[in-house]
Amino acid sequence: MSNISGKYAIVGVAETRVGKRPDASTHSLHLECIKACLDDAGIKASDVDGFLTNQPLNDAHRSYAVRMANMARMHPNYATDLALGGATPIAMVQNAAMAIEAGMANTVLCVHARKRGTPDPSPGNPIRHGDEHWEEPWGHFSAVANHAFAARRHMYEFGTTSEDLAHVAVATRKHACLNNNATMRKPMTIADHQASRYICDPLRLFDCALESDGGGAVIVTSAERAKDFPKRPVAILGMGQHHPHFSLMDAPSLTTLGGKKSSELAYKMAGLSPKDMNFAEIYDCFTITTMITLEDYGFCKKGEGKDFVKNGRIEIGGELPVNTHGGLLSQAHIEGMLHVTEAVRQLRGNEVEPERQVKNARVGIVSGHGGSLCMHASLILGAL
Amino acid sequence: MSDTSDNRGRAVRKVRPFLEELEAKPFWANLREHKLTAQRCKACNEYFTYPPQGSCPHCLSADYEWVPLSGKGKVYSFVTYNRAWHPSYEGKTPYNVSLVDLDEGPRLISNVIECAPDQVKIGMPVEVVYEDYEEYTLPKFRPA
Repeated sequence: MSNISGKYAIVGVAETRVGKRPDASTHSLHLECIKACLDDAGIKASDVDGFLTNQPLNDAHRSYAVRMANMARMHPNYATDLALGGATPIAMVQNAAMAIEAGMANTVLCVHARKRGTPDPSPGNPIRHGDEHWEEPWGHFSAVANHAFAARRHMYEFGTTSEDLAHVAVATRKHACLNNNATMRKPMTIADHQASRYICDPLRLFDCALESDGGGAVIVTSAERAKDFPKRPVAILGMGQHHPHFSLMDAPSLTTLGGKKSSELAYKMAGLSPKDMNFAEIYDCFTITTMITLEDYGFCKKGEGKDFVKNGRIEIGGELPVNTHGGLLSQAHIEGMLHVTEAVRQLRGNEVEPERQVKNARVGIVSGHGGSLCMHASLILGAL
Repeated sequence: MSDTSDNRGRAVRKVRPFLEELEAKPFWANLREHKLTAQRCKACNEYFTYPPQGSCPHCLSADYEWVPLSGKGKVYSFVTYNRAWHPSYEGKTPYNVSLVDLDEGPRLISNVIECAPDQVKIGMPVEVVYEDYEEYTLPKFRPA
């Protein structure tokens, strides 16, 4: 098997204004991302020959990618929707590199926009998870509860507390306060977190991600061609995925998830280890997800996440800055697309607010996590 | 607000099991007779997990039978819903939802009842109780 580490690169990124966007539908947000990303890469729609989208839950169409490509008058030789929940944006970048490696495309645009902050009247039925009828009759409805099951197990197995989780929320909020395009820009204290109401015990309001409107996009091409683009290219060094179960009724563990195997595969491809990472953009639908993923990614031992996240270690200037944009918890919830764009912008070195620029950022890891804690994708990126 | 619209007036679906699902029909029929059952593979003798499926998750044999379970198990994890996510649960919070590991192996998402939510513990032994509704019966659990 050939190793494609470093052979492909991201040459364009874009993110929309996030938060409440009552002006824009899901497809409009996609178009906004596409335009901004083409501009960032200095290319035209007709230069794009590969195109990937997420399958949006609340704007259901068959072949969303082909619909969006047509709206932007792109006529790709490779296109599809991906449906891995919060692991989708990373999977898009991976599929883009794979499509180029396979000779099916040269320039692949990946876009993911989401409309959850304000209503998006759409004629179709929203796409469902599919197993709701095995959960809802017992009053089980939400992603919060699935992650609360994991938090409860983490507390039982390792003595983690709600206050330990607060450190994740507070550090993430600090970074959002430095990001001009973040929804939550009021500082949070541990006491604020502890005073926030339980949504699904043991998870409180401030353990939960935002519901947002917005989007992001990236353009992938070969590292060779990347030199001809205007912005500093960012190389794809490592990729991995792992999907250990589907329903929580089948989950082998709630405290070690797909991220362990997925990150091992990505580290192996990159020839790097956790200590080589200058920062980490960790999918943070809930604070517990950040903690479990930091452990699964090998930044600390399993069960030691509660100590790792304290004393500024995961803040800008700390040992491993985590979610330098404010994450899903405090910037916006675009299912991890903005974790990817943020990593690229950190590695370009001159794009984010100087207060939240990771000094000498050369290599970073990005995680994506979806469904009933069941889907995971990892991406290691490096400055070229 | 009703069981078909939420607190913003948006239509929501009714919360009920899907009794017509082909592989699951015996599960729901057996519950009507107050029997908790699971699929067991005739080729490898392993129990299937829930939700029911057409072939054994361990060996993919499609030769299986529905067998009665003891109805005993232990709480693997649990949460307390402090917020109603569906109008039919307004006024019913706080309530428990648990992952119950049955002694035979399969796990169900269900409720521990006859016990205050803050008294539920991981590892707590529980036993099945049957809640009859007009069209179906739900397996729930109480401290054993």
